[in-house]
Amino acid sequence: MKKIVAVLALVALVAAATIAQAIPGSGLVTKGVSGEAKNLTGAGATFPAVLYTKWFSEYAAKIGVQVNYQAIGSGGGIKSISDMTVDFGASDGPMTDDQLAAAKGGHLLHIPMTMGAVVPTYNIPELSRSKQVLKFTADTLSAIYLGDIIKWNDPKLVADNPQLAKVDKYIVVVHRSDGSGTSNIWTSYLSAVSEKWAKTVGAGNSVQWPVGLGGKGNEGVAGNVKQTQYAIGYVEEAYAVQNTLPVAQVKNSAGTWMDPTAKAVSKAAEGVTLPDDLRVKMVNSSNPEAWPITGFTWILVYQQQNDPAKALALTRLLWWNLHDGQAYAEKLLYAPLPVDAIAKAVVLLKSVTVNGSQALPPELASFK
Amino acid sequence: MPRVNEQGRFLRRRAAGLASEIIAALLAALSVAVLFLIVGHIIVNGLGSLNADFFTKIPKPYGESGGGIAQAIMGTVIMLIVAAAIAIPFGVGTAIYIVEFGRGRFADTVRFAVELLAELPSIVVGVFVWALVVRNLTGYSGIAGSLALAVIMIPIIARSVEEILRLVPDSLREGALALGSPKWKVVIFVVIPTVLPGILTGIMLALARAAGETAPLLLTALGNSFFNYDLRKPMAAMPLQIYTYAVSPYDDWHNKAWASTLVLIAIVGILSGAVKFATRRWKHESH
Amino acid sequence: MSRIIMLRQGATKAADPSDRRFAAFVATMSAVVILLVVGFIILLAVDSWPSIRKFGGHFLTGSVWNPVETEVNKVNFGALPFIYGTIVTSIVALILATPLALGSAIFVSEYAPSWLGRPVAFIIELLVAIPSVAYGIWGLFVLVPFMRGTIEPFLQNVLGHIPVLSALVAGPPFGQDLLTGGVVLAIMILPTILSLSREIIAQVPRLQKEGMLALGATKWEVLSQAVLPYAKGGIIGAAMLGLARAIGETMAVTMVIGNSSQKITGSLFTPGYTIASAIANQFTEADTQMYFSAIVELGLVLLLVASVFNVTSRLLVSRIMARKEGANA
Repeated sequence: MKKIVAVLALVALVAAATIAQAIPGSGLVTKGVSGEAKNLTGAGATFPAVLYTKWFSEYAAKIGVQVNYQAIGSGGGIKSISDMTVDFGASDGPMTDDQLAAAKGGHLLHIPMTMGAVVPTYNIPELSRSKQVLKFTADTLSAIYLGDIIKWNDPKLVADNPQLAKVDKYIVVVHRSDGSGTSNIWTSYLSAVSEKWAKTVGAGNSVQWPVGLGGKGNEGVAGNVKQTQYAIGYVEEAYAVQNTLPVAQVKNSAGTWMDPTAKAVSKAAEGVTLPDDLRVKMVNSSNPEAWPITGFTWILVYQQQNDPAKALALTRLLWWNLHDGQAYAEKLLYAPLPVDAIAKAVVLLKSVTVNGSQALPPELASFK
Repeated sequence: MPRVNEQGRFLRRRAAGLASEIIAALLAALSVAVLFLIVGHIIVNGLGSLNADFFTKIPKPYGESGGGIAQAIMGTVIMLIVAAAIAIPFGVGTAIYIVEFGRGRFADTVRFAVELLAELPSIVVGVFVWALVVRNLTGYSGIAGSLALAVIMIPIIARSVEEILRLVPDSLREGALALGSPKWKVVIFVVIPTVLPGILTGIMLALARAAGETAPLLLTALGNSFFNYDLRKPMAAMPLQIYTYAVSPYDDWHNKAWASTLVLIAIVGILSGAVKFATRRWKHESH
Repeated sequence: MSRIIMLRQGATKAADPSDRRFAAFVATMSAVVILLVVGFIILLAVDSWPSIRKFGGHFLTGSVWNPVETEVNKVNFGALPFIYGTIVTSIVALILATPLALGSAIFVSEYAPSWLGRPVAFIIELLVAIPSVAYGIWGLFVLVPFMRGTIEPFLQNVLGHIPVLSALVAGPPFGQDLLTGGVVLAIMILPTILSLSREIIAQVPRLQKEGMLALGATKWEVLSQAVLPYAKGGIIGAAMLGLARAIGETMAVTMVIGNSSQKITGSLFTPGYTIASAIANQFTEADTQMYFSAIVELGLVLLLVASVFNVTSRLLVSRIMARKEGANA
């Protein structure tokens, strides 16, 4: 376990050093400007909250705009922005066409901010000092979440993890109780790899979980796993590592046992054709070096804004996130966006209008 | 023969009496123990995390330790003040109407409405204020949170003041009226001053209750990680912060949650305890 | 009393215009309060109408709550799991709290000398001042591990072999389950039942009690044969008030109940939802019109059930109070 964390940290440092210099477009938003709103409110996904809260804390200090982000879950983010009770929403489950049609303020844009890994994590006291993390396959994960495997020393689990042979305890399955993009990524993965799951449960922000306890937010699931012995849960990677919970290995589609390094996460996006609206799922990648349970997380904004001060603040914020903000991702165990995703995101950002004219200020819009 | 039976019966009766006394005492002791257990845990777990930063700084990003909940304390104070500013006039005014002016169906309806308000589950109050204010007027905001708290406070104040006003002997009113005062002057300058302490305790009770409310604020104030004095924007509150922190996995947040709980029950406890103590004396005096 | 009414009427009729203005002022405030309540009910009804119309009675009897349409599961809103959770936790709370509250009330009112009784009552009633979220955090960090590690395995050992009761304790002890929710609720409604029971017991006419004592009855006999039968209705009313409070409790329950709406099993050790915790968890994300409508309907159901218990409680209690006034008039 400690070895994994050390490796991850090293990779992160190296990557951060390389990437920090590599994103053109950074350094253009450095201080506040007149005419922009000093407060913005956003609500939504807990998946990126570790990164967003860091971003917004830095942004408030550097730029002077206070972005209040409340992590109420992707479902909450989608509803809040659809109802226009916040300035922007956040979700890691892409909105469906029906949801988009129901948004009160017109057309909503999905602007990706980062990529992250959803990882299985667990709490088994007997293995707390073990250096070897548990290994799961698509079969074992779906069986556990379907309720077909109920004990830790089930032969299927022991086959990959001999150290489980002596753990004769019931598995406490933990899932999300709220509408969650993380759940969307997780269930999309399970649907992709397990026919039984696809037929009986399916994928989405909220599903009919066959078994388990519900936790609110990624924090709730991590909290539950941490407090409950013999529990298993799925969380965005940062939540496991920040709380010294073990991160299990998962066998990807090529048959390799993977750790969710930033590289493995980024690989999941390679070869994926990005649609222009950037609503895309990336689970169970065919790339042999990819972590199989990966996804984008988006910020949702209306294409047509009606408050010039807010529109200015919002577009500058999103520019900063897409460029300067990427440098923070790896240290916090997210993966920076691939270059083509950033390019398409900027196209979407440029399409945001307020009262007929482009909202993104010219010095940013004209950057090549 | 009869004497033995009588003795046996007598002893059995005494035994039954003794047993029931012991059981009742045990049950009471258990109830007291539960209170001490809960408050004890809160004090023990919360005390260690109280420090200067806790009261003066805002939260740090997820996973970083340090910082505090200053913005939540501020938010709670602001929303309570605004809620009280709304609830006190309506609560007191309604009580005055019911006791001093009300007659017939309208007064009965008013009293019924106050009862209904008092019985509302607080989450439903949150739903109502969301549908009325958040959805159409302000988005998540401090004023919506204050409104929700006001709705919860109004019936508490109204019932409390009503009870107190009824305790005022009619002779006081009659005397003042006989001297030629218009009714409204009698109410404001004679009746109310006599019961002012009681009214204040009613207000404190309502504040104590509102300070601890979480559910309605989840749907109205939302929360804020920065200091915010603008009621049209989301606002932080202590109970919201406790909830968020408690269900999280971060140990630092757990400590802060305990500490916040301690501060919260200290505030609530002082308000409620003072109320109950004063009311005990009050009831005692007016008999 | 009639003198003052005449005086009031007379005073208002011959009134100072300022009197009429003042009266109108407070009457308006009261009218606003009424409007608030009316608006409340109308808004809830209107917002829940789509769900009421679509699901009708099935809302209360269906056990599938599926807000999100997937390829596999259609949208469906059956609130039975929430209703079940509410009923179970409330019953557990009532079973645990009523003996404690009643026993404490009897101790404080009848057995203990007043130098002991009053402080004890004061202390127990302080429980009502503790906010729900404080019960929640205590429940989550102290009670849940205790239930999971000690109480629930104990119950499984004791009841696991008894035929019908073993179903109550089946399954792995989660700690965050219906039973723990019930226990937390019990502590929360204890002071409510206690203070009302005390008031009820105090209403029993002294003549009866003193008469029996004079004839040589023990305190227990006075209690069981005079006080409790007389106060029975009121005590039930007190329990109902406790129940009404338990039904509406949100935060403490949400934090310990497990938040999972699975198949209804008979076991107390399953995680579940109550109606209130379901609303709190799901309201901010009910993004489709039907989902939103279903959640508001849940709120309406909660309101109605709580009202029924409150009204019944008030009826039962006021009968006892009225009897006393009749006896003394």
